[in-house]
Amino acid sequence: MSFELETAAHPEKLKRVAIEPVSRVEGHGKVTILLDDNNKVHQVRLHIVEFRGFERFIQGRPYWEVPVMVQRLCGICPVSHHLAASKALDVVLGVKHLTPTAEKIRRLMHYGQMLQSHALHFFHLSSPDLLFGFDSDVAKRNIVGVAAAYPEVAKKGILLRKFGQEVIRHTAGKRVHGTGAIPGGVNKSLSKEERAELHKDAYQMVMWSRDAVAIIKKLHMQNPALYNSFGTFKSNFLSIVAPDGALDFYHGALRARDAEGKMILDQVDYQDYDKVIEEEVKPWSYMKFPFIKSLGKDDGWYKVGPLARVQNCDYIPTPLADAERREFVDFAGGSPLHATLGYHWARMIEMLFAAETIKDLLNDDDIEGDNLMATGERGREGVGVIEAPRGTLFHHYRIDEDDLVTMANLIVSTTNNNHAMNMAVREVAKKYLDGKELTEGLLNHIEVAIRAYDPCLSCATHALGQMPLEVTLEDCEGKVIDRVYRDAHGLQSTL
Amino acid sequence: MSAAPVLVFGWGNPSRGDDALGPLFIEALEALALPGVECLTDFQLQVEHALDLQGRQRVLFVDASLTAPAPFSVDPIAADKDPTFTTHAMSPQAVLHVYGELNGAEPPPTWLLAIRGEKYELGEPLSAAASDHLAAALSWAREWLTNEGATAP
Repeated sequence: MSFELETAAHPEKLKRVAIEPVSRVEGHGKVTILLDDNNKVHQVRLHIVEFRGFERFIQGRPYWEVPVMVQRLCGICPVSHHLAASKALDVVLGVKHLTPTAEKIRRLMHYGQMLQSHALHFFHLSSPDLLFGFDSDVAKRNIVGVAAAYPEVAKKGILLRKFGQEVIRHTAGKRVHGTGAIPGGVNKSLSKEERAELHKDAYQMVMWSRDAVAIIKKLHMQNPALYNSFGTFKSNFLSIVAPDGALDFYHGALRARDAEGKMILDQVDYQDYDKVIEEEVKPWSYMKFPFIKSLGKDDGWYKVGPLARVQNCDYIPTPLADAERREFVDFAGGSPLHATLGYHWARMIEMLFAAETIKDLLNDDDIEGDNLMATGERGREGVGVIEAPRGTLFHHYRIDEDDLVTMANLIVSTTNNNHAMNMAVREVAKKYLDGKELTEGLLNHIEVAIRAYDPCLSCATHALGQMPLEVTLEDCEGKVIDRVYRDAHGLQSTL
Repeated sequence: MSAAPVLVFGWGNPSRGDDALGPLFIEALEALALPGVECLTDFQLQVEHALDLQGRQRVLFVDASLTAPAPFSVDPIAADKDPTFTTHAMSPQAVLHVYGELNGAEPPPTWLLAIRGEKYELGEPLSAAASDHLAAALSWAREWLTNEGATAP
């Protein structure tokens, strides 16, 4: 089945517009839009290169190298891959329960990652659009513009991210490419000095996170007509939740709700993820399209990430974040909020949850413990699932008798959101581009929808000299009619 | 503890061929233990790296480049707005600009060492050409960094 605007009836008669938000040596993202002579939209597709190459890269390696190697997937959320791989390999080693110190150190690392990633996303990627408007001067619509107009907001964002990075450094042992989590546990706990250094700033981070929720809540409530409708479409939600239904980024079981909030599946052991989730291949995309098997590929696709998590859980186990969650749910009016821009509000509630959790963990003496490793009966296969900043992340490995990886399957958050992102882009194209001349501001609307999900674009390669955004207009035979690109000096036309 | 007067900051992904030039440059330079020089590395530049510039007299950024003339180029850079920002990368000029906005002061004098790379495939080692470029860049940097009065290449 093809969804509305997924495939045009007669593409040979249409103009093609390609938006390349980010071009990388390895991975890249691109939006292609087919328009007729009246600029009516007939087809919209988001293409993102996936990480299949990385899975092959892992095969044949000793299993204990994997938690370190997978951090090279992404420079923004390496900790998520580090921990998802470690959790999968815990299962291979037969470790059912980590020691209290190991679990709390891993949680501290992960919540530090959530805090820094969410702070980066909101303050430095999304807030320029949200504070200045999607059609505002492109030269101001960036973090530097935010820093100039709202210096305190920008400064808090930087210091929140810095704090999250420091949590990671102390728990992972290094600033980048840390080795803190190892199959079966961790290789270090916190020293008194490290704990004290983090503890002195922890309460401030909670307060700043609370301020951030207030900013986005105010923006959303000031303009509900825009925020509730921009790129909005209904879908299922998927995430992991704790056994009691609480929001938990580190561990839990699979839960999915439908568009009205009714339970589709709950407390499914993620070792059996392949019994409830399947991935569809489409000929026009490198990236697969996962769906819930019981609903089929047409109805079983879903959203993951902050918007799904905050509404999938029954409660948030920290008081300030849970109060904000209740306000969010009340604002939605009794049924789930499906607004693409609602991701930002949900993301900041999650950042507050992360900050509160970090503060609580830093008050727990177990994080200075010395019982770091657990053991169990060795197996050959394991699945690790974690809630990464952008959504549910699956790592699945098989190991042979020589301890070498024979199979690796990763379903990253961006893959889980593949169909949802395509839907968001189509909704925006339909509403804002149809029948109008293409302008940078209009094209930025497409990017605003993509930024809400912040897809990972196989981002770890980024050598100087590449072009971050390119728009190409071609005729039906593929001949380039116009090309516009944006570089450090702003928008420039090349033809 | 006060910051070392000179910061050398290299970035890149060690697992993607010549993108490793930045981290490898830092690794080699760190082994020299030059007095007054601090070496830092990361996957990519981000906003918080503006904080690493505080208290420095000179800064040298180091990255692989697709377009620099071989073996490398060195240019002074100034703060500039960066409309191309995503969460996954940030230009060195934009980091300097964030420094200025945060501190209300000019950033320290900064140069960008762009080492020419050729291949960026996942799992590939450094190419032979990039290895030669790295050696040339290190040779230049060693002299530049040990000359305390140097303000330009």
